[in-house]
Amino acid sequence: MNVVVCVKQIPDPATPYTLEDGTNWLVRPEEQILDDGDRYGVEIGLQIAQANEGTVTLVSMGPAGNGQGIRQALAMGADKAVLIEDDTLRGADALTTARALAAAIKNEGFDLVIAGTESTDGYSGVVPQMLAQILDIPALTYATKVEIGNGSLSIHRQTQAGYDTVEASLPALVSVTAGVVEPRYPTFKGIMDAKKKPVDEQSAGSLGVEVAVDQKVTSIADAAERAAGQKIEDEGEAHLAIVALLEDRKVI
Amino acid sequence: MATYVFVEEENGGPSTLGLELLAKARELEEVTVIYVGSGSDDAFAELGSHGATSVIHFDAGDRLPAAPVAEALGDRVGSEDVILFGQAYTDRDVAGRLAARLGVGVLSNAFDVQQTGGGVETSHEILGGTQIATAAATQGPFLVLIRPKSFAAEPLGGGTPTVDEIAMPAAGSSEATVTASQAEEREGPQLGDAKIVVSGGRGLGSAEAYDLVESLGKTLGAATGATRAIVDSGWVPYAKQVGQTGKTVKPDVYIACGISGAMQHLVGMKDSKTIIAINKDPDAPIFSLADLGVIGDVHNVMPKLIEALQAR
Repeated sequence: MNVVVCVKQIPDPATPYTLEDGTNWLVRPEEQILDDGDRYGVEIGLQIAQANEGTVTLVSMGPAGNGQGIRQALAMGADKAVLIEDDTLRGADALTTARALAAAIKNEGFDLVIAGTESTDGYSGVVPQMLAQILDIPALTYATKVEIGNGSLSIHRQTQAGYDTVEASLPALVSVTAGVVEPRYPTFKGIMDAKKKPVDEQSAGSLGVEVAVDQKVTSIADAAERAAGQKIEDEGEAHLAIVALLEDRKVI
Repeated sequence: MATYVFVEEENGGPSTLGLELLAKARELEEVTVIYVGSGSDDAFAELGSHGATSVIHFDAGDRLPAAPVAEALGDRVGSEDVILFGQAYTDRDVAGRLAARLGVGVLSNAFDVQQTGGGVETSHEILGGTQIATAAATQGPFLVLIRPKSFAAEPLGGGTPTVDEIAMPAAGSSEATVTASQAEEREGPQLGDAKIVVSGGRGLGSAEAYDLVESLGKTLGAATGATRAIVDSGWVPYAKQVGQTGKTVKPDVYIACGISGAMQHLVGMKDSKTIIAINKDPDAPIFSLADLGVIGDVHNVMPKLIEALQAR
């Protein structure tokens, strides 16, 4: 079984994000990390591939930097990676991203495509659905549980009220929520092996993807600032200040 | 040129999010609601009272609606039309598939939208809500995903809309089936409409320490939330996530426990009326918007706070 997992390298969310002058694109440092939420997709891909004599191919788009984020996912056990990078893809919107990923996924061949629900840095939240539409496969989204059957897939899909059980035949796409499985930590051997695993570099040109982005950021302005209030050090009695404020706000 | 609003059925009627979008859309012009659910006279009348003049109704039955609904809409919408969706599960599924089918972009995470001469302009909170970005698109149809609570749902007293029943087309190899629906038992108020929200972050130190958040939440009759960091760490389920990728909350009181205030999180809660933060790090960004910031260890402050509240 060919399992493809979409992953993304992002600037560390613990550091403040900044925008480039002029373009308003996110500044992407040389050193990026694997989006934490993508570890779940990689883990579930590995489990499914192991149970079905399959392989796991990572597909990623964005500035490669030093490739550290991709190596993290390879170190978990993925077999190989396709990394799509191209200056013309800078500032790509969700649809362009989905087109590029879909082209690479078609080249690799697939039975199951796995993605997160949204990236931490871009969070348009629609790339998996677009991918499924382009590949003409079902999109089983917001999965909190995933089971592979004989040529089929069943998931628990998060809903406002709880969850739905959703089924479809393969090939299919599933977008997974964090917590769907327990992601493994890379072993020392995994980290060493990852350095030798193939990373195939592709571009918009090599994939035959035409880049035409209509939407543009036209201006950026400062938002109204919220004034900070009182700051107190806890010396054992700070909880009383909280109680007093809750009383003042008449919520207790 | 037409304005559409996507509304998913929830508990037998239009979702609150859908009605929020209607409050905005009816400012633009006559509104057609794309309604997905079993539908009823009451549900359609409610849409009318919120400003819908017509409804196109899809009863998805046991089919996952996104692929067939996107297929049907793809044949229907014109290049000058505007379609408003909520930043919500099924809305995102339909918008994503429809955009790819039409070959147009999606303007995601907007909190406002205006029509301009040549298209639409949308407003977005970025970088933790410290900046407002304005985006423009000129090639329609214009698909816009609007964050929950951007507008207030309010009935106008409009009449019953015309209802057009649409048969769901075949979705071929994109078909998926819903075989069961499970409502999860939940105690207390829900994140979206709670008066008080208690949330936890990485500063709790461990998944087990989230019990402190649950316990404080229960004591206050509050809903409980979490940062993306601890959701991604597997401590709590995705449904609890508050932030840019997650739920937007605007409660009377928001209590942030062990939350440093990453940009990702702030967008989802910064419009709370009162913000209380407990964090060890005096330089944590959350303190810059807290009405009361307590520099201290959640493991010391929270048990005492719970005890003091319970003793009242």
